[in-house]
Amino acid sequence: MNRIFATKAGSDVYRLRIPWRPFSNDAAPLLSSQNAGNPEKGSEAKQYDIAIVGGGMVGLALACSLASRPLTRHLNVAIIDSNPALGRKHFIKKEDLPDPRVSTITPATISFFKDIGAWQFVEQHRHAYFDKMQVWDYTGLSYAKYNARDADKEVLGCVVENKVLLSSLLSRVQETVLPKKIYPSRLNSMSILPNSSSSEVDSTLSMTALFTHGRLAKLELEDGNSLYAKLVVIELAPVGADGGKSRVRELAGFRTTGWNYSQNAIICTVEHDVENHCAWQRFLPSGPLALLPIGDKFSNIVWTMSPKESSEFKSITEDNFLKAVNHALDYGYGPHPTPSILGSSDLFSWLKGGISKSANDCFEIPPKVVKLASERMAFPLSLRHANDYASKRVALIGDAAHTVHPLAGQGVNLGFGDASTLSSVISEGIAVGTDIGEVSLLKKYEADRKPANVMMMAVLDGFQKAYSVDFGPLNILRAAAFHGAHHISPLKKSIISYASGEMRLPLFA
Amino acid sequence: MASSMFLAQRRWFLSLPRNLSNARFFSALPSEHPVSVSGPQNNVGPESNKFEKASSAPSSLKEPELAKFSAIADTWWDSEGPFKPLHKMNPTRLAFLRSTLCRHFRKDPLSARPFEGLRFIDVGCGGGILSEPLARMGATVTGIDAIEKNIKIARLHANLDPTTSTIEYCCTTAEKLVEEQRKFDAVIALEVIEHVADAAEFCKSLSALTAHEGATVVSTINRSMRSYATAIVAAEYLLQWLPKGTHQWSSFLTPEELTMILKRAGVDVKEMAGFVYNPLTGRWSLSDDISVNFIAYGTKEK
Repeated sequence: MNRIFATKAGSDVYRLRIPWRPFSNDAAPLLSSQNAGNPEKGSEAKQYDIAIVGGGMVGLALACSLASRPLTRHLNVAIIDSNPALGRKHFIKKEDLPDPRVSTITPATISFFKDIGAWQFVEQHRHAYFDKMQVWDYTGLSYAKYNARDADKEVLGCVVENKVLLSSLLSRVQETVLPKKIYPSRLNSMSILPNSSSSEVDSTLSMTALFTHGRLAKLELEDGNSLYAKLVVIELAPVGADGGKSRVRELAGFRTTGWNYSQNAIICTVEHDVENHCAWQRFLPSGPLALLPIGDKFSNIVWTMSPKESSEFKSITEDNFLKAVNHALDYGYGPHPTPSILGSSDLFSWLKGGISKSANDCFEIPPKVVKLASERMAFPLSLRHANDYASKRVALIGDAAHTVHPLAGQGVNLGFGDASTLSSVISEGIAVGTDIGEVSLLKKYEADRKPANVMMMAVLDGFQKAYSVDFGPLNILRAAAFHGAHHISPLKKSIISYASGEMRLPLFA
Repeated sequence: MASSMFLAQRRWFLSLPRNLSNARFFSALPSEHPVSVSGPQNNVGPESNKFEKASSAPSSLKEPELAKFSAIADTWWDSEGPFKPLHKMNPTRLAFLRSTLCRHFRKDPLSARPFEGLRFIDVGCGGGILSEPLARMGATVTGIDAIEKNIKIARLHANLDPTTSTIEYCCTTAEKLVEEQRKFDAVIALEVIEHVADAAEFCKSLSALTAHEGATVVSTINRSMRSYATAIVAAEYLLQWLPKGTHQWSSFLTPEELTMILKRAGVDVKEMAGFVYNPLTGRWSLSDDISVNFIAYGTKEK
């Protein structure tokens, strides 16, 4: 484990020059900003209420959320992202095969999308609800099956391609009255000066004067544009030559804590003979393999393994890869679990709530994978968390604040939670006449989100660690935990609620 | 008796080191005549009524004392500085003002600037930490404070934002504005009344400043066992949020007493709420519990 404690680089006055490489959700090569056509090039700097650095899913969700609240819908918003997809109206073709970059979004995220008016656009595209989930491990000792009805819910979640989420949010934000402008460029530098009010001010209140007195942040873009904003929201983890680890800390003095798992994830789209309506996850010795329904007869695969294995699995032939996937989802690495190994469910029957409704659901074998429907992509896994989410005039959301293990697909849901909370905090601030860049206001957002995100990260990290060890007693313990999770109704309900994004702590309800 | 206590408190205050933190403590100090709030006889003549001329106020202060004021006043806007408790409480006070005044003036609570077109006065404005949010909410704000330095800080700070640069800041007292026959749609005096020498006279002035069918809002600390424990023992001695001796428990008013003196001044208290501090979250919230900090909203009777 490679632990990194970055040191604080910030002082009261910080001027940073950070090269930014946007994380594009679109596979298209990045256009440089000159090609994007910029009518305002070289013209005078503009002033905004909020500048969102990164028009990814979370950044756009923030814009939509601001647009949906009466107190924030008139804020002037600039979105800075060089992703050319943001300049196009409809960048999704129906006939496209599913993109391997997908998100498993929770019921909480779905209701957030409904609140901000973006869900109707998602529904126009491919998306797959699932109401069942089967989790098992390679030892054959146990399995757990979750069913939405255990928690009296319709669905456990929905798998949606990232580009569908992005285009839906973009369509939504474009139809709102929110005054916004998309800058198809990248951030070159950001500067914020400390507050000062001790010197005399000229009466013109120029942007430069406001900047000098710490009332506005100044952003300079690669294409020569510069703009000022009361609040800068950073969505993107700035990626530097060194993989983005040391850049985040430079950013306005934000420190991060994290480690790299010595693991890579392979993602791809696969096709079955039948439709898949269940989310499957099997813990293998090298890491979990997830098979998520993505609509029609397609599924998405997220397979975690060592970097060596991942380069191997990436280069083997399609046939061999499919064989390996089917092997891993069936008898590979160990036998099928049977419910009787740890004794019958009577063991837990004394518990209040009794046996969960789905306890008698039998172990099932996932549908066979018959075809590879996309390229195989590999990326390294890491866990990273910013120690602070807010400083004067700056707030971090989404990947800039936290990157998590993709296990259970919680990452982007945490980001949407950030966007929802931040817009609500901004709205509350405006209600009581606060300057929206005030650190005391932004710290409210941090206080709301940090514990929730840290908890989810710890849970996921714990899962990851528990399953990366193959050790007899631990296997039994794990099996017992699974067994409990499978049979004890209140526990099962709690787990589902937590994973759905509705509960703060994964404890008994 | 009350005024001598007040004087003693004031002298003590002037000898304090710079970690002084109760905002409203000195914002309420009439710097020229400490007892001026108690009656018109101490008010300066009409020639000083112009706001600019009122700056003669701190003349009775010695230069070193002024330096001390400056040192503290500069930290008015440091939300992590000595005024932190007030900054923390501010959103809660404003939430109360927003909801009651939107109802009173029949304004849309979902508007970002509901108070557009209304004249508000912030009595004892200090560095302007209440005036500025009120201006952002659309009100035409006048902020008054008897300390020249506070007014200077407030004006400098407000000038840095086009939405707050319209605030009219004056170094004056409520009594002087009454003499000038100024009227405001809402008269707001938060955490001030516990520091004035004669609360009844002060309330009369607030009432006189309130326009016909206007609103008056006053907040203070209750005189209860719990307020003694929290506002004095905890805030001043244990947590050291406030300098020891900031508050005189015996000069606090109970909600009943405040209602009574406002009533005598012609203001009918319509609503009251408490501020409750949650030490776990570090946040203040509105509650029905008025046993420590409370705020009262009233309307001017005909």
